[in-house]
Amino acid sequence: MKKKRVIPVLLHKEGWIVQSKNFSEYKKLGNAQKAVQRLSDWDSDELIYLDISKTETYTTNRSDTAAPEYQDLGALLGEVSKVARMPITIGGGIKTLHDIEKRLRAGADKISINRAAIADPSLIASASREFGRQCIVVSIDYEEFGDERYLHVDNKNASNGNPRSALEWLLKVEELGAGEVLLNSVSRDGMKSGYDISFLAKVSDALNIPVIACGGAGNWEHLAEVLIETNVDAVAAANIFHFQDQSVYLARRHLASKGLPVRPPSIQMRSRVN
Amino acid sequence: MNSKICILDYGSGNVASVRNSFDRLGLESFISNEVSDIVRASHLVLPGVGAFKASMEKIENRLPLDVIRAQISLGKPLLGICVGMQVFAESGFEFEIYPGLNLIPSSEVIELPATVPKPHVGWDSIEIQKNHPILNNIDNGADFYFVHSYFVSKIDDSSLIANCDYGVKFPAVLARDNLIGVQFHPEKSQNNGDKLLRNFVELIA
Repeated sequence: MKKKRVIPVLLHKEGWIVQSKNFSEYKKLGNAQKAVQRLSDWDSDELIYLDISKTETYTTNRSDTAAPEYQDLGALLGEVSKVARMPITIGGGIKTLHDIEKRLRAGADKISINRAAIADPSLIASASREFGRQCIVVSIDYEEFGDERYLHVDNKNASNGNPRSALEWLLKVEELGAGEVLLNSVSRDGMKSGYDISFLAKVSDALNIPVIACGGAGNWEHLAEVLIETNVDAVAAANIFHFQDQSVYLARRHLASKGLPVRPPSIQMRSRVN
Repeated sequence: MNSKICILDYGSGNVASVRNSFDRLGLESFISNEVSDIVRASHLVLPGVGAFKASMEKIENRLPLDVIRAQISLGKPLLGICVGMQVFAESGFEFEIYPGLNLIPSSEVIELPATVPKPHVGWDSIEIQKNHPILNNIDNGADFYFVHSYFVSKIDDSSLIANCDYGVKFPAVLARDNLIGVQFHPEKSQNNGDKLLRNFVELIA
């Protein structure tokens, strides 16, 4: 039986793994390879790794942390994929087919495109033809206004100007050849108030490709709610997985106890060198 | 035993992930399409992600297929992963019909039914149909990581080792003499995947 996926999201910003709130406040959490190793030890179903750096910096410039420093994204991904026993989706800064190829070569299993697809929707079709639709995840950031859901673009409030409907864009994305969609509610980012159930239900019924829900998880019950009340294929979250030891194990244990179809929770005991 | 695994690189498929898995298991592997490497290897791996036709074209252009076929007839174990397994078929129907390697005659690659979400992506369980050393220590119902929209159909019962049930029952593991094919990604399937890769390396020509 096909299992519902529980997917931790790591946000990377200029060499650091960070916590984000409303896409505008960031707190430094630590080093990339260690974070990935932990999530791998907890037998995460998958990992989504989003690079939200404004500059191409992959070093923390800190001599006191003993954290590895990386020359570029390729070097970082190469190291990260060595410790990842689960599939990794890489997003952030992808604008061309070459950007995609570079990331797949460096160890990504899937890539996620976001704003570049809005700027040039044909990128979805060409990427899907070139690399196969199964490795093209289209990620969308949207804002909630009452019952309306609009694309969040460039931090502008979607109520200004000419906001585009998130659902219309998602239908178009599927038609263009996306393999999966990752939905992130900016309005709920870091708010711990629960997922956007009504919209996720609507989208997961309207699309045939798998939907990954993100944004708003504050406790394990929030994950259960979205799996019970909608047809999404996966629940993703960032912050909630990074402040508790064995978080991924605890999440799946909670979901399994509610009778939800997730993989049995498990954990790898490794002798820790550090 | 002293195994040397040659991971074939035709420009499709995440060869680095497969290599990383063997590294973690402490098994010697190398990524190469050189005839000398293919001949000296104890085991061959044909990875893959993506479309059937695109993969077949790259395989025809970049791999020394005569040498690989000769090695297969000598009994060298070959593991095909995902599209690397699908190309064992006689033909594939992704976008258009295209001939496969025909290692399993009369089999064909077709699309999953329209009634299920596609691609089939994530963890799904296998239903073991027959004992085979490739599944040693792996339980019936074990979960593996899948990501695909097509599958191999029309294989004979004798080659079918395990199914997966996703709206349709399709072969998740097949074996024919020294050929092993898996529709899922053992290199991304954590403990169960590691067991399968170890089992593969224990198959001896």
